[in-house]
Amino acid sequence: MGLTRRDFLKTSIAASTAATVGMPLAKEAEAAVKASEAGWQWDKGACRFCGTGCGIMIATKDGRIVATKGDPDAPVNRGLNCIKGYFNGKIMYGKDRLTQPLLRMTNGKFDKKGKFVPVSWDKAMEVMVDKFLETYKEKGPSGVAMFGSGQWTVPEGYVGAKLWKAGFRSNTIDPNARHCMASAVAGFMQTFGIDEPAGNYDDIETTDTAVLWGANMAEMHPILWSRITNRRLTHDRMKVVNLSTYGNMSSDIADIEIVFRPSGDLAIQNYIAREIVKRDAVNWDFVNKHAVFATGPYDIGYGFRPKNAEKFAPGREMEVVKNEQEHVVDKWEAIAQRRKEGEVAKQVDAAGAGKDWAISFEDFKAALEPYDADFTTAVAKGDPDESDADFKAKLKQLADLYCDPKRKVVSYWTMGFNQHQRGTWVNEQAYMNHLLLGKQSMPGNGAFSLTGQPSACGTAREVGTFSHRLPADMVVNNKKHRDHAEELWHLPANTINPAVGSHFTKIMRDLEDGTVKWAMVQVNNPWQNTANLNHWIRGAREMDNFIVCCDGYPTVSAKVADLVLPAAMIFEKWGFYGNAERRTQCWRQQVAPVGQAMGDLWILMEMAKRIKIKDVWGEQKVPGLKEAGFEDGKLPSVLEEAQKMGYSPDMSLYDALFATPENKKAFPWPDKVAKGHDNHIAKNLGWFPEKAMFEEYRKFGTGHGHDLAPFDVYYDDKVRGLKWPVVLKDGKWTETRWRFNEEYDPYVKKGQGIYFYGNDGKAMVVGDLDKAGDGSKKVDISGKAKIYFRPYASPVEQPDKEFDLWLCTGRVLEHWHSGSMTRRVPELHRAFPDAVCWIHPKDAESKGLKRNDLVWVESRRGKVKVRLETGGRNKMPRGLVYVPWFDESVLINKVTLDTTCPISKQTDFKKCSVKVYKA
Amino acid sequence: MSDKSITRRDFLVKTAQGASLAVTGGLLWAYLVRQEAKAQPYALRPPGALAEMDFNAACIKCGQCVNACPPDILKLAPAGANLPIGTPYFEPRTGACIMCPDIPCLIACPTGALAPELKDINKARMGLAVIDIENCLSWKGLRCEVCHRDCPLKGKAITLETDPRGLSKHAVFRPMVNSDYCTGCGICEKACPTEVAAIRILPPALVQGKIGDHYRLGWTFDTEITQDFKPSEQAPPAPETSGGKPAGMDYLNDGGGL
Amino acid sequence: MNTPADLSHSKLVSRPLGARLWSWRYVVLRRLSQFGILLLFFGTAHWAWEWPAKTPLLTGNLSASELFGRIPMADPFAVLQIFLSGHVLQQKVILGAAIVLGFYLLVGGRVFCAWACPVNMVTDLAGWLRARLPIPAMFVVSRNIRYFVLAASLVLSALTGLAAFEWVSPVGMMHREIIFGLGAGAMALTAIFLFDLLILKNGWCGHLCPLGGFWSLVGRTALVRVRFDKTTCTHCGECARVCPEPQVLNLKRLEETGFVTSGECSNCGRCSPLCPEGSLAFDLRPLIRKHGAEGSISSVRRTK
Repeated sequence: MGLTRRDFLKTSIAASTAATVGMPLAKEAEAAVKASEAGWQWDKGACRFCGTGCGIMIATKDGRIVATKGDPDAPVNRGLNCIKGYFNGKIMYGKDRLTQPLLRMTNGKFDKKGKFVPVSWDKAMEVMVDKFLETYKEKGPSGVAMFGSGQWTVPEGYVGAKLWKAGFRSNTIDPNARHCMASAVAGFMQTFGIDEPAGNYDDIETTDTAVLWGANMAEMHPILWSRITNRRLTHDRMKVVNLSTYGNMSSDIADIEIVFRPSGDLAIQNYIAREIVKRDAVNWDFVNKHAVFATGPYDIGYGFRPKNAEKFAPGREMEVVKNEQEHVVDKWEAIAQRRKEGEVAKQVDAAGAGKDWAISFEDFKAALEPYDADFTTAVAKGDPDESDADFKAKLKQLADLYCDPKRKVVSYWTMGFNQHQRGTWVNEQAYMNHLLLGKQSMPGNGAFSLTGQPSACGTAREVGTFSHRLPADMVVNNKKHRDHAEELWHLPANTINPAVGSHFTKIMRDLEDGTVKWAMVQVNNPWQNTANLNHWIRGAREMDNFIVCCDGYPTVSAKVADLVLPAAMIFEKWGFYGNAERRTQCWRQQVAPVGQAMGDLWILMEMAKRIKIKDVWGEQKVPGLKEAGFEDGKLPSVLEEAQKMGYSPDMSLYDALFATPENKKAFPWPDKVAKGHDNHIAKNLGWFPEKAMFEEYRKFGTGHGHDLAPFDVYYDDKVRGLKWPVVLKDGKWTETRWRFNEEYDPYVKKGQGIYFYGNDGKAMVVGDLDKAGDGSKKVDISGKAKIYFRPYASPVEQPDKEFDLWLCTGRVLEHWHSGSMTRRVPELHRAFPDAVCWIHPKDAESKGLKRNDLVWVESRRGKVKVRLETGGRNKMPRGLVYVPWFDESVLINKVTLDTTCPISKQTDFKKCSVKVYKA
Repeated sequence: MSDKSITRRDFLVKTAQGASLAVTGGLLWAYLVRQEAKAQPYALRPPGALAEMDFNAACIKCGQCVNACPPDILKLAPAGANLPIGTPYFEPRTGACIMCPDIPCLIACPTGALAPELKDINKARMGLAVIDIENCLSWKGLRCEVCHRDCPLKGKAITLETDPRGLSKHAVFRPMVNSDYCTGCGICEKACPTEVAAIRILPPALVQGKIGDHYRLGWTFDTEITQDFKPSEQAPPAPETSGGKPAGMDYLNDGGGL
Repeated sequence: MNTPADLSHSKLVSRPLGARLWSWRYVVLRRLSQFGILLLFFGTAHWAWEWPAKTPLLTGNLSASELFGRIPMADPFAVLQIFLSGHVLQQKVILGAAIVLGFYLLVGGRVFCAWACPVNMVTDLAGWLRARLPIPAMFVVSRNIRYFVLAASLVLSALTGLAAFEWVSPVGMMHREIIFGLGAGAMALTAIFLFDLLILKNGWCGHLCPLGGFWSLVGRTALVRVRFDKTTCTHCGECARVCPEPQVLNLKRLEETGFVTSGECSNCGRCSPLCPEGSLAFDLRPLIRKHGAEGSISSVRRTK
């Protein structure tokens, strides 16, 4: 009625057009969406996966996560996600989610050879603590281990570290971040005296050049890659260089792709440094003011067992492992290290690999001399089908980009540098070039280590969950640091163990040789993520030990464990993550844990409840302990002192370390910051441990360049994480964008310009290229960073006639780490169901193999069966194969080599030699 | 039956009846067969399959290709499934072709319905991937591109177009399908992580258009002005005349419309 | 009533159990053969049976197959239809058709029907039930219809460009769907079963099936035939009662030739074990005359 024919035609055309393009009319659509979203509650959170640290929003209804979205206000991702992030809402709802504690039992009693049987939390805790105390009595603090994680929340990591270091007086705690970021940490600490990058993601929008050194950002940091790509598309000067040992997706938009031979990066960096010096491109004003030249010993071993290696490296393994004692210098090393080919180099500095001393610029220059284009090409060209001339031309272009004084450069790296037998060196080489050029700690200029894990920075590093660390960059083998920690933790003097504990791989070795007999796993999958797995699987199953695995899903590590505890997952608990650009972000508990699952923090607290001070604070033996103020091999009893401080011997560690009367009073539950959200742990304990622990932890960093804002500030609706140091400026908690830079960093005084305050008050012994001086001459390095000369060193295992291919391992975009979450999302599983072995078509052909063939990939250590892929996302050069490690049915770490950087102790997962043949 | 009872007339009637029965039955039968063969124009065939009607003619429905398929994705259409009965097909969402280099399904085919001329699996044209750009996560700006990464001919069959997003400082990576290379293996459709796949495989004939033969894209060929031009001896063809009248006359003589 | 035929009949009825069971031997063998063929196909498709090593045992189905990875076989009738549809055939399938054709030329064309075709099991069941139920014949239809259907198959193949019978064949449907996955083929088989049971006795195999028609034509010169011994026959008619194609047991013709000449005989082996006098037995065509002259020693011994 009243509708004219014309109106009628108009509306029906609109309706039919909308129908054909599949776009319902706006009003109706809106109404429909609104109706379907009735009762949804949204809250902010952080993505569960990589170190990029995208912000997400989470919707819940009826106790379940119903949807997520990229947080449009998050500066990192502005509402976007990668395909893993798209599935944040589904990771907790896999079909085989663990819901009850499971213990290996026979006839109702724990039995190492028994089958898993559901037990109550009480029973699980009872057996677990019994076994713990049994081991603790027998082996002392170093006999009980924790495999921690860069996916722990900040409070979880803090509780874990405090329980181990202050409670158990054990430093045998190490996060999987050891496999991931340790070389970056060592590089930062040695160069700057303080951990973590100076720059931030805004570098991307301000730089002219992004150089990727072993960082396939296109797949591994997808959202950052879209920012780099955007810069490349919108900024004419922008150049992207991708250096890698094989062609990957990051090459797709790269201006230059350089495929180098494994470990060739060491030579290429020195080539660039040599060019900088040769072309007189050194920024002398910067170098004189802010840097000192340095070097260290070369014969530092390869991170294998220093003793008894033969006993544990059966058969062919010893052919490689023997290099830990003596290494025959090859012809490239002879040139690179100014030695003779064939010289037998005793690895005398394996124990003191991190030792360094200052050198003169002349020495530095002389050391770089062999790294000319010819040598670098000979040692570093990775694609046999590329001509020397082409490779040399690319090297020159790369040097041109670095040397151009008008060009801003950011060097990015992730596992390519960090998982490297000389990982610390190669990290330091990146700083070497940026410092030489004065392109560091400025917007768009700097060397930027990208993290792999969501809280490798926030938890593993900043909280100090490593075997040598205390919170806020302090270390256990420094008396001042121990004293400071003991003071803040309110501990008797000498409670903290001064002996550096076992690193991640060494804990595995300790389990294998019986040094460690009790171990706990939280938020990671050591029996899938550690190299040379066959050893560790045997160590877990065949040795007399007790392994506790806390996880949301039945992983390989749960399978080899003796007790499996169902862990609450990400949005079932409160937490903080800290991403690669020092941004600390938080979320609230959104939903109750599935079944009987409980948060890792609760598990640790519950364990602490059952251990008394007298169980652990008496005299303890620590084999190998040698420290001023301590009896050799012993930790003193601090019980008496403790009693004076008000700790009774029968007090539990829970009451002594965590649930102190002050904490319970100051941090009650409920708290208004919860805004109605639940907290299953706080409800169980009767106080708010996440907040209490965060506030306690905050004290470590405050005033030391690691300042964090108060707990509640992060939970403010308007805040989307803050980059530390966060200081109160004009009544506002203000983040720091570029560190060491007067303009941005509150720790740099007016007029200092750039100031590397991490090395404040430190001095260095002066020596020459070959040796440290006698210590008579020292140089003050306050405010300075070190420019290291680090030489090329050949990989310890290289392809030979029998094992004729390089093996590189890593991730794929679709899966996170060992796949325990992403493989349980059906869509992600379907997107990339099984691991494959990427190989050059000609390599396949020469072995009589073709695409899709099932093959064995075999090394001296083990073999796995995998399908062959000659196409797809990776372009392998001849001679190198790539196998991702997410697939538990293709445990590629049975094949990899457990060599580590001797300084950082981080495993090199990127190179070992294998053969590939038809299965 | 007595021979004598059959008169000539009876015989003729019976013959006519029989013949019409045969013709009616035959027509029905033929109709049925043709319907069956046309049942599902979306059926995706194993690599090397002849054009649809030729394939339907040549396929003996023996299933040896099904036997030979390593990932076991080929099926023979059962009766009543609205698919050409008995012939092999696959459904990418549940089982995509993994593009075996030796093409065992084709080798197994005894009749040549899967043409043995196909030697290179990359030249197979089982179908063509089509992207629903409205529901593709990558087109919306998310970093998905699963189809692109999983594509066995990544960078050829599926390429990424990158553009600034405008809304933020994040580039958009848009997957594009190139029919010159797409084999229609369906790995992309299988892998697509949306609830309903936003990339599908369809028989090329159902989706592909064609540019007119009279036009060449200016940027695809280097064409230079011919220097030693030779005029043709042939006159251009005149339009056909109807009823002996020169073209255009009817219009000119029609008084209406002015 | 003591005619020789009656005596024969009572002889048959009073057989001991052992002899009764023994008389089922060809049925059992035929079922073994039919199931066995299906099983070999099924096992190869589903359990990856191999022989020799690394070679699939028997791929495909009755339309076309490959034995031991090297011996091709194909249904000559299907191949003929495809040929008429205008497709240029591959050597492999032609060779396969030749092999199969050669085999059935020797053993009897419709041996396929009785010993290999899976539909036979369905129609046999229908026939067996019908013999025990009081179902009157609805009408009489010429058994030659199958030849018309056969001709129509070929003509329609040429006209439509599609192998006409193969697109509707319940034989193919049943075999395919058992080996490669179920569909609505069972409906078609149910239809055949009901048709045979309620409408026309031996309706499908004995009247309509063009494949049967094809094999009937092929079987005319077969080597293996049922020999007839007129000297012992008492005309009791037991053989015709069990025969699914009783027209092949035309006595007049049998007495003339001494064996079943019609290609429509499927060598199913129903008649000979039942013949009380042992007058019917399998034999090879070139030897039949000779054996006929000597008299059937073996069958005489067995039945007396």
